[in-house]
Amino acid sequence: MDGGTNMKKLTWKSFQGFYILVVIGLVVYLFLPREGARVFHVVIDNILFMLGVIPPIFILVGLFDVWVPRERVTRHLGDRSGVKGTGISIALGALTAGPLYAAFPIAEVMLHKGTSLRNIFIFIGAWSTMKIPMLLFEIQNLGARFALTRYTMSFLGVFSIAYFLDKLLLVEDKKSIVEKLQ
Amino acid sequence: MLKSYKYNKQFNYLGGNNGMDASTLILYIVVLIFLFISFLKDRKKTREALLKAWKSFFMLLPPMLTVIFLLGFIVVFIPEKTIAAYIGETSGFLGFLISSLVGAVTLVPGFVAFPMAKMLLENGAGIAQMAVFISTLMMVGVVTAPLEASFFGWKATIGRNLMAYFYSFLVGYIVWMVVRI
Repeated sequence: MDGGTNMKKLTWKSFQGFYILVVIGLVVYLFLPREGARVFHVVIDNILFMLGVIPPIFILVGLFDVWVPRERVTRHLGDRSGVKGTGISIALGALTAGPLYAAFPIAEVMLHKGTSLRNIFIFIGAWSTMKIPMLLFEIQNLGARFALTRYTMSFLGVFSIAYFLDKLLLVEDKKSIVEKLQ
Repeated sequence: MLKSYKYNKQFNYLGGNNGMDASTLILYIVVLIFLFISFLKDRKKTREALLKAWKSFFMLLPPMLTVIFLLGFIVVFIPEKTIAAYIGETSGFLGFLISSLVGAVTLVPGFVAFPMAKMLLENGAGIAQMAVFISTLMMVGVVTAPLEASFFGWKATIGRNLMAYFYSFLVGYIVWMVVRI
């Protein structure tokens, strides 16, 4: 359940793994020129592909991040029940950026505002599998059929898992979760 | 002669693209329109968005470059037959087990997982197996389970992860079916 980028600082050290692999690649090229050349060919092809498709997707991530009013939405979540609350939970999960652990504090606020536990699970599920920029990137990489089918299945899965989880948990379990989150 | 890495039939079939095709172009145009509207509405916010985009992109670079390079070695040195035997279309139960366990245990960001799956698909991996891998990767988290449990308790955590794990096999099967149609 990892949704995106870590918030650690990026230095030249972050690229260590990559440098080491480049050196290994060059050594391989010295001894096995044919295979070495193929490795670089595959790697460069794929890097160029990624650089070609990534810019608009990340600009979208940035735009969502500044324009989706996370705080305001969560503040109003409590008053809305049922389908509307579920819809907002999904939209919030699908449109905001960030790794899963960034979703937990939001879930906490939602719980304070009276969002049902079922909607909280839906929100967490949507956050981890239904991000729109991620879907666009998946379409670019694996094709529209693959990506859209998987996205639809994730959508259904998030719902059914939240439903069964809600059924599985006893009243005491829920109480202790709510207490813990508050 | 230097053999360019090939697209196997199965991948063509998927409709995956190789760079700047129509869908990429549309994406660029749509995003540029959004950016323009955002700029008209609020310059400061737009600058913030671009900065955020740049940061996220940079954060992603190290793992992405590393994984692409690792996969480069794998697809060149491990024969397609071998990849297919373990995670290919006809790899059976073993293939599902391997891809689901790797997906459940590892912590690969989605943005890195897609290029990974693409490269494997081009070199012998099966569609269903890759869908299972991506699905478990996103929905099941063995490493993050303690963190999840600290918020939701172990009962909910184990329940959710188990359900997500088994559900992923259904995802793999359905994706495989739809892509085949």
